Amino acid sequence: MAVTPTFPSRGSLRRLRFRPLDAVVGAGVFLLIYAVVRVGASAHVPIRPGQASAISTSPSRLPYYAARSLLRMFVALFFAYTFSLGYAYVAARNRRARRVMIPALDILQSVPVLGFLAVTVTFFLALFPGSELGLEAASVFAVFTSQAWNITFSFYHSLVTQSGELDEASRLMGLSRWKRFWSIDVPGGAIGLVWNGMMSFGGSWFFLTASELIIVGGHRYTLPGVGSYVEVAVEQGQLGHVVWGIVTMIVMILAVNVVFWRPLVAYVERFRLEQTESSQKPRSVVLDALRRSSWPVLAGRTRRAIAEPVNQLMGAATGIDDRSLVSHAARRRAADVAFAAVVAAVLGFGLYSMLAYIAAGQQGLGVLGQAFGLGFLTFLRVAVVVAVSSVIWVPVGVWIGFNPRVAQYLQPVVQVFASFPANFIFPFAIVLFLDIGLSLNYGSILLMALGTQWYILFNVIAGASAVPSDMREAMDNLAVHGRERWRRMILPAVFPAYVTGAITAAGGAWNASIVAEIVIYNRHVLVARGLGSFISQATASNNFHEIIAGILVMAVYVTGLNALLWRRLYSIAESKYALA
Amino acid sequence: MNGPLISVQALGKSFSSADGHPVPVLDDITLDVDEGEFVALLGRSGSGKSTLLRCIAGLIAPSEGEVLFRGQRLAGTNRDTTMVFQTFALLPWLTVQQNVEIGLEARRVAPAQRTERALRAIDLVGLDGYESAYPKELSGGMRQRVGFARALVVEPAALLMDEPFSALDVLTSENLRGELLELWEGQRFPTKTMVMVTHNIEEAVLLADRILVLGTNPGRIRADMRNPLARPRRRRTQGFEELVDRIYRMMTQRDSAPATAPARPGAGSGGTLGDSPLPQATVDGVSGLAEVLLGRHDGAADLPDLADNLGLEVDDLLPLVDALVLLGFAGLRGERLTLSHHGKIFAGASIQDSKEIFARAALDHAPLVRTIYRALRGSLDGNLPAGFFTDILRTHAGEDEAARQLDVAVNWGRYAELYAYDAARGQIIREEHGIGATLADRPEPARRGTLHLYLGAAPGSGKTFTMLRDGRALRDHGEDVVVGFAQARDRPRTAEAIRGLEIVPACPRGDGPRRRAGPQARCSPRR
Repeated sequence: MAVTPTFPSRGSLRRLRFRPLDAVVGAGVFLLIYAVVRVGASAHVPIRPGQASAISTSPSRLPYYAARSLLRMFVALFFAYTFSLGYAYVAARNRRARRVMIPALDILQSVPVLGFLAVTVTFFLALFPGSELGLEAASVFAVFTSQAWNITFSFYHSLVTQSGELDEASRLMGLSRWKRFWSIDVPGGAIGLVWNGMMSFGGSWFFLTASELIIVGGHRYTLPGVGSYVEVAVEQGQLGHVVWGIVTMIVMILAVNVVFWRPLVAYVERFRLEQTESSQKPRSVVLDALRRSSWPVLAGRTRRAIAEPVNQLMGAATGIDDRSLVSHAARRRAADVAFAAVVAAVLGFGLYSMLAYIAAGQQGLGVLGQAFGLGFLTFLRVAVVVAVSSVIWVPVGVWIGFNPRVAQYLQPVVQVFASFPANFIFPFAIVLFLDIGLSLNYGSILLMALGTQWYILFNVIAGASAVPSDMREAMDNLAVHGRERWRRMILPAVFPAYVTGAITAAGGAWNASIVAEIVIYNRHVLVARGLGSFISQATASNNFHEIIAGILVMAVYVTGLNALLWRRLYSIAESKYALA
Repeated sequence: MNGPLISVQALGKSFSSADGHPVPVLDDITLDVDEGEFVALLGRSGSGKSTLLRCIAGLIAPSEGEVLFRGQRLAGTNRDTTMVFQTFALLPWLTVQQNVEIGLEARRVAPAQRTERALRAIDLVGLDGYESAYPKELSGGMRQRVGFARALVVEPAALLMDEPFSALDVLTSENLRGELLELWEGQRFPTKTMVMVTHNIEEAVLLADRILVLGTNPGRIRADMRNPLARPRRRRTQGFEELVDRIYRMMTQRDSAPATAPARPGAGSGGTLGDSPLPQATVDGVSGLAEVLLGRHDGAADLPDLADNLGLEVDDLLPLVDALVLLGFAGLRGERLTLSHHGKIFAGASIQDSKEIFARAALDHAPLVRTIYRALRGSLDGNLPAGFFTDILRTHAGEDEAARQLDVAVNWGRYAELYAYDAARGQIIREEHGIGATLADRPEPARRGTLHLYLGAAPGSGKTFTMLRDGRALRDHGEDVVVGFAQARDRPRTAEAIRGLEIVPACPRGDGPRRRAGPQARCSPRR
């Protein structure tokens, strides 16, 4: 039976217990954002509309646009992996840094990437004045932020759960930090790194397409890419060209999966820690072909030739990975106190000046109250999205998961659906809404669900296919059917995977609200009341006071719900309903 | 070479539990290992033997005392030693040869020489031909051979082994032991000094020149003996079996001492939470052992024989023995375990009957089971959080031990139908039906709280003495008497009166036993 892991993979949602410090760190992250905004806002780049490339909606330009989009994705992926390896390593190895870095990552994860776009565009345009590079960087950054967090959590989790005996063996052998990182730490986390990388990459298509054409302060910024192609076609009401864009997108997603991710997933199987041969291994035709070619031998030879001097050099530079047996408890405690004091002082000052900045806006601090009210409307939409998707997709996912042969074919399809940027389908939905006269206040729920529901389906399939067939046979044997079977076996068994999927879906829905609550189609502008449209409109009018307030409130909603609801469900799922 | 290779001096190690309460694992260990010695550290689980090995390797820092290697105090990992691990600790993504070479690479050995030495080591352990295999393709025994090759290839001054054979099946481990000995005796590798941690007595007697037996909770050196047997050693010889039996007695002796005291009749005579901790034994294990004994002649057997026949290690067998003795189902004399009258009835009874016999025995002799049962009977809604009992236990044992004790008590009490446990809510629940409820109908001995006042004019008038004397008398009648913070203050008569009473000294949390002047100053109960 094919058993696929859930996404994010198991354990990567596990966190430290919530402590008051975490709230403090959360404030700190906002300060960082706030600092970037201030820099961006004060930069005042002169904007020449002719500077941005004009997008042609001719389908013949699509291959070029696709290539540009793809390049952005991989540049972002490179940065995401670099960031994840470094961040997780420091967080796992440094006790003091960990107390700040892990909660900070939690907050970062809940910051709406798209709401932040106006800010980053302004910032990067100032950084690379007079060139398209600023726009490119902003788009790459948006994609990066949607890829990095889950990869980081997965690597961090693999580092802190590393076997104690491996750690001891490494220290006794006297491996350098460099050598240890590449021969123990990274291989040990490789499977999680690749799996979470693949799924996050899929999710980030949405952010790529949304970040290729944005309107900041009344100015349109466009980058050549599939996303901007489709958006321009939508604005001009050319549904036929939109279809071409969709086809290109599907081809691109499939190609990247076949040529890049599948081979990687099959390759990292060798890093599985269980020292037994597993019967069901992911396979890849491309990897098999590669393996039969002479490239691996050549590459291996080159790698070995380079590795020796590099290892020597970096080994000497990073030193031997060891822990001193001598500890000074008093000195350590004093340093802890000093560290805490510095963190508190910086946060306190920053928090004060951030609130002062928001208060300096037209509405003063009252804007926070307004944003909270609108946030509640968006919250209701997110809740409906998760509830309705669950009712529809849990039974379907269970059915697929219980039929290994169906699952084998359908799971990759679902993965493509989850990767597919839902904003490409928006115009078709809008046409429908206009036709039947449905307000976007309700219609936006459907738009939000278009992209996020698949995470529930995907994870439920994964959960259901992991249910041992013995358990189902036992239920058959005892003639437990219908309601009773669902209540006693099926729902509890898929619960952990479902919770993982629902957390991801809810997070995605919040993010999607920014593009789903305000839509422009063929000169119609449809707006829904909510936090998403609040942030979008603030972005369009370049009101940084409102942008900051909007992002702050949305992150408070997301982290609050995580702490109050999802974290609890997740720990129940892990302790009571885990099958392993 | 002057002086010992490894010198452990007055080493103590305690780990702190979640609430900062220190739990001692090793206490006052002093030990010298000379160059060329083969030393076995033998002990039950909880004796801290692996911790001691890791202190010698410089992997963890001792809380007290120090470890010297060639006269130098260790400040970090001791890279003149290598270790063979119980679970092998190989890197599954490297081939056998790469696994063996990685330590040489860290020591900056040139690539050509590295390969040559690795191949020689692989050849030495008999894995010639498997150089390019991955660990997951190998059997357990072969993996451990890679573990040995990896440790020996760097030619360490001392080879440390942490239960190297215990993850292997019987035949494989026997084979590997023989080969290790052959290599060592034949001087096939330059490393002469070996320190091995094991809980297998025969393994220690078979391999080591010197055997150190560690006691439990906290680990102290109980015996340090030379192995008088000449090599090659054979299992079925008289000398061998005598030595194994002697060590067996040494290892069983003190741990079951409190429980072997003749049980007094009547309820509540067992002991207290502090002095009769529950052994880590399941009900299935206890009744299984009782049935095995019943099948024996006279319902008695020698422990070494029993372990041998059942294929059990000391670690597995002793908790079961402790449980039988604690419950009054068997008596232990030397190494001979004899089923008592009650034990025979228990072993031969039907499921329902044996449950009831077990319930009575647990209430009489297992203080924790009794405490939980009574507390539930006395509670208003018949519900108590498990944390309530772990809090009580924590004053007697560490955090982990408290949790383990409660697990056993829950297991026993559930089987005996004395109470139920709701794991999701962490609540222990009164049984309203079944044995637990029937037993409660029995009139209990009167144990109302009586307040006695002892008045005296001046210090030294004998108030304390009289109070403690009465306390002892009450205790001998089966009452639970605990005296909080009593001091003899150098008065011999008071000191005499305290004897036999459990004293729980006031112990500030997280502070620990700051001064270890005498046993009275510690935070664990003393009698």
